Amino acid sequence: MSLLAFLAETAAHGGEHGEGVKAPFPAFDPTWFASQLFWLAVFFLGLYFALARFILPKLSDTLEKRANRIAADLDEAARLNNQSVEAQKALELRLAQARAKARETGDKAREKTEAELAAETSRVDADLTRKLETAEARIAKLRADAMKNVEQIAVDAAEAMTARLGVKASRSDVKKAVAAALEQRG
Amino acid sequence: MTLPFPGFLPTVSTDPIHQFKIFSLLDWNVGAYNLSFTNSSFWMLVSTGLVLTFLGLAASRGGLIPNRLQSLGELSYGFIADMVRSTAGEEGLKFFPFVFTLFFFILGANIVGMFPYAFTTTSHIAVTGALAIVVILIVVGYGIYKNGLGFFGLFAPHGVPLPVMFFLVPIEIISFLARPITLGMRLFANMLAGHIMLKLLAIFVVMLAGAGLAWAAWVPYVLLIPITALEFLVAFLQAYVFALLTCVYLKDAIHPSH
Repeated sequence: MSLLAFLAETAAHGGEHGEGVKAPFPAFDPTWFASQLFWLAVFFLGLYFALARFILPKLSDTLEKRANRIAADLDEAARLNNQSVEAQKALELRLAQARAKARETGDKAREKTEAELAAETSRVDADLTRKLETAEARIAKLRADAMKNVEQIAVDAAEAMTARLGVKASRSDVKKAVAAALEQRG
Repeated sequence: MTLPFPGFLPTVSTDPIHQFKIFSLLDWNVGAYNLSFTNSSFWMLVSTGLVLTFLGLAASRGGLIPNRLQSLGELSYGFIADMVRSTAGEEGLKFFPFVFTLFFFILGANIVGMFPYAFTTTSHIAVTGALAIVVILIVVGYGIYKNGLGFFGLFAPHGVPLPVMFFLVPIEIISFLARPITLGMRLFANMLAGHIMLKLLAIFVVMLAGAGLAWAAWVPYVLLIPITALEFLVAFLQAYVFALLTCVYLKDAIHPSH
């Protein structure tokens, strides 16, 4: 069919429609209104009851179940989280306690060691001091003895020297002179 | 019963109006009424059947972790529930099954109508008009049941000076009365016009090719592709608009004060 023929046919159809000879425009044809309304009511109400009675409650039930499950899971997660936070706190407390105890033990041990060390040191000091004193006393005595000997030797030497030189000097004079000389020298 | 079914056979009429013709498949007269099972009834059965199958399968699984079909069903549920809640408020959820049914009934009919040889039940004013009238009857009925005469406060907005009221009230009444007409007309006209446009373009392709103007036939042919896509969008959009306006009107019934 050519384009022109198609247009002609459409025009003819429109003409017929305008004259109202043929059937009216289908959407406004009252012949089928009753049938359309009846079957619309049947199918629409059927769909409505199937949806409202069975399908929508089931869907909403599923959605609600899921929401509850998610909420429950979140609650559980929060509870476990709290638990872990508490455990963490307890752990920190225990750690702090242990650390304090360790410090205390360490301090005690150190104090004890220091005390022992001090006691030992003082004992050794005292010992050393005592030994030193003994030694010093001995040295002083030895020195005094030595000094006495020196005096005697000096007196003997001086007496010998005066005798050799032909100077008359009594033993007591020599002793005095030596003592004076020694005293002078310190 | 008339056989063969002309509407089911792969013959194509060149008349763009032909696709809207109703014919009886199963004659049935009750008293003075012709309640025959027609091609319109058949395609309404198909579309509601498809909707029921889809939603039934989606709902029946009820898994904690949804599969695709179940997800789609649950998304539909959430989509309509959110629309009702945000438009008509929590109290509007009483009408959620009704709005849900409306949306899916219209969507099913519109989408099924997009397939070749199918009949678009929503392209008839009897169907869309009846749906619109049902909506308005529910709005008025519930509005009066809920608010008594206070429902008519809908026509007299608060804080308007008296002289303005004389103009405003008739306008409000007329706009209210226009609601079922516009609601039904909008869906009907959209579906009718869309299908006529598709048909005309398709026929134009054949006519131009038949007239030896194959090169020119490409123009309507290419144009047909986006317009088909557009008609699918319109099919969804009109169902959505119908459901949304139903919610808006229901809000008026629940809270008549402006």
